[in-house]
Amino acid sequence: MSAVDVAPARLLDGLRSDGRPVSLAEHLDRYGRLPLELRPEELRERVAESGLTGRGGAAFPTATKLESVVRGRTRPVVVANGTEGEPPSGKDKVLLAYAPHLVVDGALLAARAVGAKKIVLATTSTVHAHVVRALAERRREAGLAVRSAVVPDRFVSGEETALVQFLNGGPALPTFTPPRPYERGVDGAPTVVLNVETLAHLALVARFGAAWFRSAGTPDEPGTALVTVSGAVRDPGVYEVELGSPFAELVEQAGGDGRAQAYLVGGFFGTWLAASDANGALLSNADLGRFGASLGARAIVALPADACGVVETARVAQYLAEQSAGQCGPCVHGLAAVAQSLEELVRRSRRTPDVGLLRRRLAQVANRGACRHPDGAVALVASGLRVFSDEVDRHLHGRRCTGHGRPVVRVP
Amino acid sequence: MSELVLRVNPILCDAHGLCAELVPERIELDEWGYPIVDATPVPRALEPHARRAVAACPLLALRLDRVTPLPLRERATGARRS
Repeated sequence: MSAVDVAPARLLDGLRSDGRPVSLAEHLDRYGRLPLELRPEELRERVAESGLTGRGGAAFPTATKLESVVRGRTRPVVVANGTEGEPPSGKDKVLLAYAPHLVVDGALLAARAVGAKKIVLATTSTVHAHVVRALAERRREAGLAVRSAVVPDRFVSGEETALVQFLNGGPALPTFTPPRPYERGVDGAPTVVLNVETLAHLALVARFGAAWFRSAGTPDEPGTALVTVSGAVRDPGVYEVELGSPFAELVEQAGGDGRAQAYLVGGFFGTWLAASDANGALLSNADLGRFGASLGARAIVALPADACGVVETARVAQYLAEQSAGQCGPCVHGLAAVAQSLEELVRRSRRTPDVGLLRRRLAQVANRGACRHPDGAVALVASGLRVFSDEVDRHLHGRRCTGHGRPVVRVP
Repeated sequence: MSELVLRVNPILCDAHGLCAELVPERIELDEWGYPIVDATPVPRALEPHARRAVAACPLLALRLDRVTPLPLRERATGARRS
């Protein structure tokens, strides 16, 4: 039993212990009905006052997103993004599998807030059945119908322009911007794409108000967030944390033994953080920013002392290179070259690895794709070279690497 | 006051490289032949060259976009122009 004062669970509060999804009746029992008496501008105001930000990775203010689509002449469309392409992240799948009605609530309220009549709940096939079951329980509500869509399970599918292009009948690949989805999205209408966890929080903000939402978290980063913890912990899984709470507290809750050497923070577009930094850090972008990190996709992987950070980084870099949409030269060639350089470094091929060239390539690739895929990938690799510089040297000089070979950061 | 900046659509671009020959002041090529575009404003003297590069791109990937500058950048350009 841990003596840690656990954050007030909001989204994951009172989930059934038998692991089955919360039914509509149980959901209404716990949270009450949708506050349909709120006018659209009242809803938007409430979201603005709450300070809710996107829980998909970019932490963009949700109220600004909603406002961006209400001015247009065309009726906007709401897309609930539950694609969660990040391999180390499971929070959106858990949310959709166990508390789908919170997400549907949020989508209905977001639609009401912006005057949308069309809502699409996009997921990969993994959780689609849960979504369909939940939607069947509430076929038509608040005069709105929510449609579900199954998106291909690959890393870039959830990027918002990729998602919009897919929903318009095209491939699930990013498009050149502008136009951004809020300008021209699904069926050409202004489209607001919101992460499913963001929508779940929105559903509670609408019901319980901004002050309630702000009673957890920090003034700048209010509320709770779902975090997926994996790697060297006894109880990997999805945890609901208060933003600004200690990093070490979450690790302890997940059963970390305190011997991790580093943490991958923020998913595959995230940052490696040395344990010495992570142990004193808080789970907020403001505090993690001190180390050049952010919560990002809110996936954390604990790297045990007997693993090699360079080998782990090389594996992720290889995966991200393969997951390039293949559309932009700098991403296709740049990420492949970066992955190959890392591979040479860890394999100790006969050719002497050129770390200088690797670093130059990292600097050259950023900001040159249609989407942020190459940027995220090179940022992760750059942080790996920084945090595991000793390990890089060991590989360069042919000394024994600390890795035991068993992969910690897993890729599909 | 607005100004002109060069921008490449990386999805369309196929590394023909003509742009870098026509406006080397703003575009260089990476090791795979794809343009690295300097997004600072194109001064008037360079404008004809920039337009020629845009017209020369076989894939219509290069654009000359009119943007409204941030106050800070406007001052910086003003200084460079004078």
